[in-house]
Amino acid sequence: MLRTVDAAQALADLTEISSQIVHVAIVDRDGGVLASTLGDERQAGRFAEGVARLLEEADVAGAVRGLAGFVQLEAATLDGSIFVVRSPAGSSYIAAVTRPEPTVGLVFYDLKHCLKSVGAPAPPARATRRKKADASS
Amino acid sequence: MPRRKLVTSLLLGAGSLAGSVLYRRRAARHRERVDIYAEDGSMVSVADGAPEAARLLSLAHELIHSVES
Repeated sequence: MLRTVDAAQALADLTEISSQIVHVAIVDRDGGVLASTLGDERQAGRFAEGVARLLEEADVAGAVRGLAGFVQLEAATLDGSIFVVRSPAGSSYIAAVTRPEPTVGLVFYDLKHCLKSVGAPAPPARATRRKKADASS
Repeated sequence: MPRRKLVTSLLLGAGSLAGSVLYRRRAARHRERVDIYAEDGSMVSVADGAPEAARLLSLAHELIHSVES
């Protein structure tokens, strides 16, 4: 639950700094949407399914051309682009729709940064000091 | 021969216009592509016209339109 809240905050930060990104979603390995900027859960779910199909096709296309596994892709069309960045462990990915002709390097950088911030371990909880009475017992 | 000059000018203008439209369409088609990046930094580009491109670009179009609605 905490992770989902973190992901939502990460997406809010991302869309605030990148005007080129129209919509974005973070999806886990099983296709579950951790967070998205899409209106409702059904739309986000459909988006995640579509991205999963795109990833499958891209895996095949990459393999045909001798590319073993991929970490990111951009599908550029005249109406806009789709960007997908996989986490290094492959446990999740972030997918975004941008306006046409985006600054590719910048979008990839922002998406990687966002995904990294979601996957970053939470800071360790502060150690609580034992009461003297407890310690003596 | 002013009439002949006029016809020549019109033909040249029409030819330039047609050429410009064809060039733009061709350039636009080449802008549609899918770039796939591997972990080692290598990249393959599946451009419009390649066998797998139709399916990939069709899915990309579907996704873009699905978030617009």
